Amino acid sequence: MSEKLSYREAMREALRSALRRDPRVFLMGEDVGRYGGSYAVSLGLLEEFGAERIRDAPLSELGFVGAGIGAALGGLRPIVEIMTVNFSLLALDQLVNTAAALRHMTGGQLHVPLVVRMATGAGRQLAAQHSHSLEGWYAHVPGLRVLAPATVADARGMLWPALEDPDPVLIFEHAQLYNVEEPASSAVGDVDIRRAHVRRAGRDLTLIAYGGMLPRTLAAAGQLAAEGIDAEVVDLRVLRPLDATTVLESVRRTHRAVIVDEEWRSGSFAAEVSARIMEQAFYDLDAPVARVCAAEVPVPYAKHLEDAALPQLPAIVAAARSVLGARPA
Amino acid sequence: MSLTGIYPVPLKRDEALELVRQMLRIRRFEEACAELYGAGKIRGFLHLYIGEEAVAAGALTVLQPEDAIVATYREHGHALVRGIAARAVMAEMYGKVTGCCRGRGGSMHLFDAATRFFGGNAIVGGGLPLAVGLALADHLQGIARVTACFFGEGAVAEGAFHESMNLAALWRLPVLFCCENNGYAMGTALERSESQTDLCAKAASYRIAALPVDGMDVVAVRHATQAAAAEVRAGAGPRFLEYRTYRFRAHSMFDPDLYRPKEEVEEWKKRGPLHTFTDRLKAQQLFAEADFERLEAEVAAEIKSAIEFAEASAWEPVEDLTRDVVAAEAAS
Repeated sequence: MSEKLSYREAMREALRSALRRDPRVFLMGEDVGRYGGSYAVSLGLLEEFGAERIRDAPLSELGFVGAGIGAALGGLRPIVEIMTVNFSLLALDQLVNTAAALRHMTGGQLHVPLVVRMATGAGRQLAAQHSHSLEGWYAHVPGLRVLAPATVADARGMLWPALEDPDPVLIFEHAQLYNVEEPASSAVGDVDIRRAHVRRAGRDLTLIAYGGMLPRTLAAAGQLAAEGIDAEVVDLRVLRPLDATTVLESVRRTHRAVIVDEEWRSGSFAAEVSARIMEQAFYDLDAPVARVCAAEVPVPYAKHLEDAALPQLPAIVAAARSVLGARPA
Repeated sequence: MSLTGIYPVPLKRDEALELVRQMLRIRRFEEACAELYGAGKIRGFLHLYIGEEAVAAGALTVLQPEDAIVATYREHGHALVRGIAARAVMAEMYGKVTGCCRGRGGSMHLFDAATRFFGGNAIVGGGLPLAVGLALADHLQGIARVTACFFGEGAVAEGAFHESMNLAALWRLPVLFCCENNGYAMGTALERSESQTDLCAKAASYRIAALPVDGMDVVAVRHATQAAAAEVRAGAGPRFLEYRTYRFRAHSMFDPDLYRPKEEVEEWKKRGPLHTFTDRLKAQQLFAEADFERLEAEVAAEIKSAIEFAEASAWEPVEDLTRDVVAAEAAS
């Protein structure tokens, strides 16, 4: 029986290993220390590394994200945890106006080796102020790298490369993934944070997803396989800079694409991916690119409404059938 | 606090002359900038510091080279006194590649890694969290140096101010908060925007020792800053200084200056930091008109050379537009 590792534990191991490996690394955020992290990611780290390096911060997202930027400029390698992407809006000024802009605006004199981790996504009935997917907004901003680990292996293997990046990196951890388990043996080594990854090879169409949408997209591919449709699944996992090459290579082979994104359709990251495909693989397409996105409403509390607002497996399967020209089942 | 200035001036002649020289550099540099703006050589926003020179000159001359400076978009004076070459500042204003930020920042975003000058921050209050972080890095690395963070009184209305004051005090970080209170946040007077106009009381509410300083008196600024910086450096935690000062010019080149009475401006000009200081020095026989003429000539030569340098410099090639967005190997 192989040992299992959860996404949460993988992230914790990644933190522990980075903290051991580099004395410049420290973790800072709301309730990361004594509480153990709002999603229990940093549980136990305070005992091992002490309160200076596992630094509980007051409810001051703008302040402590800015302090993370300053500490990075001052020679450290801060990891700042923000409880959810919704709260990161309180720190948007520092992330966009300072962290992302400094290298260019200073003519290359300064750079900000900062890692910011935050939970994203819906599915836990937390309603409209804790459930949104706004990573696409950050992926809009030059100067940032935006990562969305969707697997236990990526949760374990993305942090160290992110810390080695001399520029600011945002890591979006979908809150629905924390309890996902994989064999511990699958989570070894660093992950290439420049490349998307083909999670399932297939011939008939390309399903493109990232983060929290990956598991259900893979499930959709499984269901399609039972119907004789062979779907390829591309996990974007790096939203900025987007690895368009991997996406385009896949689409040129399958000639059809469905993008699954938990963001709202208008101005979503899926819109960007779709545009890239249109611009660079239009003549390889046998059908218009399709998107499965969240309904354009603030995510509601009631379970049936929340479910209805989010991209679900049947919608992914239906979209796949549709781009293949099949009638809806 | 003394509104009439510390008298007699407790400085050696060369120290006093250096303060005159620095204030004069700022004054003449900015007068030149205003002219060059009129001539279309400098564009964008240009915020002049004229009238407030005693703060940058008095404070920055007592900080150490290893200290960090965080400033605002009204920072030409701080940049010059800190030691960024006038030619690099002027070329930056021109938008030339020889500017301290390759012409990418302009007047509001002067940075210099070599002198640990971290902006040039044009988001009001945006520099404060940055200063907290720089000080946190020093604290965690056991380095005894000061991060001096300049900001205007307008910034105290921002959440960033309050969050930063709390973080710095809570973690006892070596930040020297340098509030330059010139009375107006753009066109809004302090009493029209704050329920509590005693800025030191705000700092004190975070249990940060705070002191008002006559910001028109370079000696008062120097002494207060020296003392506060020494405490910060010694590990006493953050300190807050409120330099009470006044800008003689409009907020920016676009400001018709309709929000304050002319008489008020004239009253403050009587307390101008340059002439009041040289008058005191003359009364003490530390300074003669010939000294002033010599300094004027030196400063004029420096500024002339800076302008010539900026004029002669090249623009950054457009091919380099996307250079340094991220590290080269990470670019896509």
